[in-house]
Amino acid sequence: MPAHFDRRDFLRLAGVGAGVVFASGLPGCASMAAAPGSDFHFVQLSDSHWGFEGAAVNPEAKTTLKRAVAEVNALASPPDFIVFTGDLTHTTDDPQERRKRLREFKAIVADLDVRDLRFIPGEHDASLDRGAAFQEFFGPTHYAFDHRGVHFIALDNVSDPAARVGDEQLAWLAADLGTLDKDAPIVLFTHRPLFDLAPQWDWATRDGEQVVAQLMPHANVTVFYGHIHQEHHHQTGHIAHHAATSLIFPLPAPGSQPQRTPVKWDASQPFRGLGWREVERRGAAGYAIDQHAVKGG
Amino acid sequence: MDRRLLLAGFAASTVAIATRATAVGEPRRIPVVARKFVFIPSEITVRKGESVVLEFTAPEVVMGFFAPALGLRALIVPGEVARVPFTAGAAGRFDFLCDVFCGDGHEGMSGHLVVQP
Repeated sequence: MPAHFDRRDFLRLAGVGAGVVFASGLPGCASMAAAPGSDFHFVQLSDSHWGFEGAAVNPEAKTTLKRAVAEVNALASPPDFIVFTGDLTHTTDDPQERRKRLREFKAIVADLDVRDLRFIPGEHDASLDRGAAFQEFFGPTHYAFDHRGVHFIALDNVSDPAARVGDEQLAWLAADLGTLDKDAPIVLFTHRPLFDLAPQWDWATRDGEQVVAQLMPHANVTVFYGHIHQEHHHQTGHIAHHAATSLIFPLPAPGSQPQRTPVKWDASQPFRGLGWREVERRGAAGYAIDQHAVKGG
Repeated sequence: MDRRLLLAGFAASTVAIATRATAVGEPRRIPVVARKFVFIPSEITVRKGESVVLEFTAPEVVMGFFAPALGLRALIVPGEVARVPFTAGAAGRFDFLCDVFCGDGHEGMSGHLVVQP
C-alpha cells in the first residue's frame, strides 16, 4: 500500500462484515482521534502475564509491560479509556504470590495517564480461585457501561476453570441486552474467543455459542478479546471478533502445530509479535484498529 | 441327590457362565491418571472397532479430558472415576487435552489416542 494512500479511502475500501474496518499498520495513523469523523478511541492491552519468567521466550519480561505503558502515554491523542482483556498476571498456585503479582501489575498500570481503566480477568488471573483475588483488586469480573453512544459489555469466560460463561452470567447478559435497541452499537470485551477458534488448543468458550446466539438479533456487535497472543479477525455471521497481541510472548497461528508453545524470543527482532492497539469508533462505519508494536529501543 | 440342591447347583453354574460370558464381551478398561500437568499414559492405543472404557482419575485437582475430533469429553473430579466409553470407528491419531485450567503447565497437558487399523 502506498504511503500516501488516503486513510479515509482505506477505511471505505477495507470495510468487512458489519462496517468493521481495519487500519492496522497504516502510516499516518499515530493520532487516530485526529482523523475526520472519529467519535472516540480507546486502547486495548492484553495478556501481560506479569510474573512470567522464561528467558527463552522473553528475557525482557520485567520491562515489556512498562514499555507499553510508556508508549500509550506518548500517544499524541490520549484514548478515552483503556481496557485490559485478561491474563494481567501469570498464574501461580500460591494465593499470596497471585496477590503480589496483581498488586505489582496494578502499580505499573497506575502510571497510565488515562484515568478510566477497565479490566477483565484471564484464566491465569482467575481460574484457580474463581476470580477471588482479581475481584479484590479490580472489582467485578463482568459488567457493562456506556460511552458516547456505544454500549460496552465485559464478559467473564475464565473464572470457571472449565471456560464457561455460566447460566447466571448468561441471564445477566440477556437482561442487559434486553434494555437495548436492536440496532444499538455494542462492543463486547472477553478474554477467550467466544467461538471455536481452535478447540484442540482450548481456544474456545464452552458455552460461547449461547452468548453469540444472544447477540445475533443485534445488528451492530463487535467483540475484542485476548488469550491467543496474536492479532486475529473472524466473523460469526455479522459479528466481528478481533483478537489482540500479547505483552509477553506470541503464540503460533491457531492449529498450525501440535502444541501451542510460545514463539521463542528472536534477539535479532526483540519484542517481535508483542504489542497493543488503538480502536477508533467511526460512527456507522464501525471501528478502525491501529496495531502498535512494542518498541525495542 | 436332593433335587433342590441339584437345581441350586445348576442355577449357580448358569450364573457363573453368564458372568463369564459378560466379562468376555465387556469393553476393555483403560485407566488414565490426570495429574499436574500430564496424562499417564499420554498415548492410548486401541484397535479399530474395539470398544473400550477410559477410566480417568485425578489425584490432585479437578482436571478435564477433551478429544475434540472424537467428541469425547469428561470432567475428572478427585475421588471419583470418570468413565468415558468409546468405540474406535476410524483409524488415526487423535489429540486430547486437559480443558479445565489447572495451573502453570496446563497449556502443555495433552496426549494422543491412537486407533490402529
